[in-house]
Amino acid sequence: MELIINVLAATVVAGTPLLLVALGELICERSGVLNLGQEGMMLMGAVAGFAAALSSGSLLVGVAAAIVAGIGMSLLFAFMAVTLAANQYAAGLALTIFGTGLSAFLGAGFVGSSIEGFSRVAIPLLSDIPVLGRVFFDQDPLVYVSFVAFAGVALFLRYSRGGLLLRAIGEDPEAANANGLQVLLVRYLAVAFGGGMAGLAGAYLSLAYTPLWTENMTAGRGWIALALVVFATWRPERLILGAYLFGAASILHLVLQGLGWKSSTELLAMLPYLVTILMLILLSWNPARTRLNTPLSLGQPYRPGC
Amino acid sequence: MLLLERRPVASSLMRWASPLLALILTIITGFVLFLVMGKDPVEGLKFFFITPVSDLSGLSELGLKMAPLLLCAAGLTVCYRARVWNIGAEGHFLMGALGASAMAIQLSESSGFWVLPLVLLTGVLAGMLWAAIAAGLKTHLHCNEILTTIMLNYIALNLLLFTVHGPLKDPFGFGFPQSVMFSDSALLPALIPGTRLHLGLAFGLLAAVAVWVLFARSFIGFQLNVAGQDHRAAAFAGFGVRRLTWFAFLVGGATAGLAGASEVTGPIGQLVPQVSPGYGYTAIIVVFLGRMNALGIVAASALLALTFIGGEMLQIAMHMPKAVTGLFQGLLLFYLLTCDAFIHYRIRRRKTALQPLSAAVTTAPQEA
Repeated sequence: MELIINVLAATVVAGTPLLLVALGELICERSGVLNLGQEGMMLMGAVAGFAAALSSGSLLVGVAAAIVAGIGMSLLFAFMAVTLAANQYAAGLALTIFGTGLSAFLGAGFVGSSIEGFSRVAIPLLSDIPVLGRVFFDQDPLVYVSFVAFAGVALFLRYSRGGLLLRAIGEDPEAANANGLQVLLVRYLAVAFGGGMAGLAGAYLSLAYTPLWTENMTAGRGWIALALVVFATWRPERLILGAYLFGAASILHLVLQGLGWKSSTELLAMLPYLVTILMLILLSWNPARTRLNTPLSLGQPYRPGC
Repeated sequence: MLLLERRPVASSLMRWASPLLALILTIITGFVLFLVMGKDPVEGLKFFFITPVSDLSGLSELGLKMAPLLLCAAGLTVCYRARVWNIGAEGHFLMGALGASAMAIQLSESSGFWVLPLVLLTGVLAGMLWAAIAAGLKTHLHCNEILTTIMLNYIALNLLLFTVHGPLKDPFGFGFPQSVMFSDSALLPALIPGTRLHLGLAFGLLAAVAVWVLFARSFIGFQLNVAGQDHRAAAFAGFGVRRLTWFAFLVGGATAGLAGASEVTGPIGQLVPQVSPGYGYTAIIVVFLGRMNALGIVAASALLALTFIGGEMLQIAMHMPKAVTGLFQGLLLFYLLTCDAFIHYRIRRRKTALQPLSAAVTTAPQEA
């Protein structure tokens, strides 16, 4: 029982960065913009968060710096993909390649440093609930932030006027424009939100998950998050389930080793990527269903008044 | 407010000026970067762009780095022309290196002219097999190839790490994760005696010629182009889009696999974990910078090869972080895409505050 609780708690921790970055991408894609630059934005968030926390001595300053770095990167993407109407695939790839290079460059001096990362804070009362309390409410503060972000995104999309406008723009930007909506402005805001969340997810890695900086420490989580959004068919409730599922896949090797399973760490390290492919297969089995849920203008640049 | 106005005809001047403009902007940014870091910018740029290629040994090193980039880029060009977004050259490359190494180690007792071709062929087939997975997932199970090829890259890397730490590890290698050195009959001959430059560069140049022939002279190249521009048009014309996707993936896998095989049988001579400094990813930049064109990718691969050597040079001479290579590569791609916007658009300042609603409505249908 103790083992199961520990595994479940570790699953939530491993799923948190995925949940954060995927929530941001979900909002971005709902506005019709596909940003493949998650990996680059996360890496910039991770390095900026670590550097700021190390030099200021404050984890909160680190988190703020990570969010700012993520937003800054996303605005570069927005300039290309929204203002200049560049191919979103290429612009997103450029963002990832640029972010990977820039983060390694800026972080070169921080390799080997370590800091005191976020520690667990048990929420009174809630953490006393059997099993669930230990799994969900005896975690570090950023995990709670991810819960709030999830609830915020889900409620925003479903019940708010802003969420309605966002979805309208993602489905049909021309009709939205004809109705007087500022398509480009909304898309900028959506991309920036995605950038901030990716930066926060990066900070989670470098300030809570493993409080240190190494080159490419995201290890493809940005890409897994992109698959996660497809898996969730652009719905937040399925997104949170998926994030913990992928979290479980990425800690499975720890569990197996804990149970005395003798296998190579490298082979087990493949698991999250294999699971991602498997999920894509299961999900894409019926292409019509995916297509039905995809925001109609996803990936299409929009140029008003051209 | 700035507005983009679609040009009536795509600007062919911008199409070719854009890579040059991107390079100039990258150099300017590099100049500022050196200033900010308190280094001499002129000296820095000289170390990056000129010193590495100022003598024969430097030029041969450039050719050495060009070879894998050019091979990977040739395959990716075929994919991207057909709008198959294969990001998996890195994975194909690693599997090519792994397959070729396994065969070379198997044949370490053998000698003969047939050893090297067999080793290279194994690498090519391994790369094709890895690409075939993504092709099958796309054509039969409708999986997005960007995501599957990225995942396959990570899986390939872990497979490679597994083998150099396990089955292919040199038992007498003092515990280092690396294979035995290959026998001489499994090594690529030098292209210029006395340098490390090997036959791989010739493979790369041949691949570029093959790309030119494919698109300028063959029917399948024409079909790929049509499919890239409009899938439905290709389908109406009866060009099996599924078949073309497979073709693009297999070519991409074959060339990147050959690149991996050439790397282990060329300058390295054994399988090591760090067989690729990201050639497969850099090749994506080569393809865009080279305008998906045979001659273009030759020039672009030379430039990006220079970023690898120039980065090393700055690391040694000016104590800059090695990552400066990735930074310059990222900047270059960034600026290129920005400049590329002006192939199809020009900037116009918006004079009136807001366009009348009726104008927006009447222009809207032309969008589609």
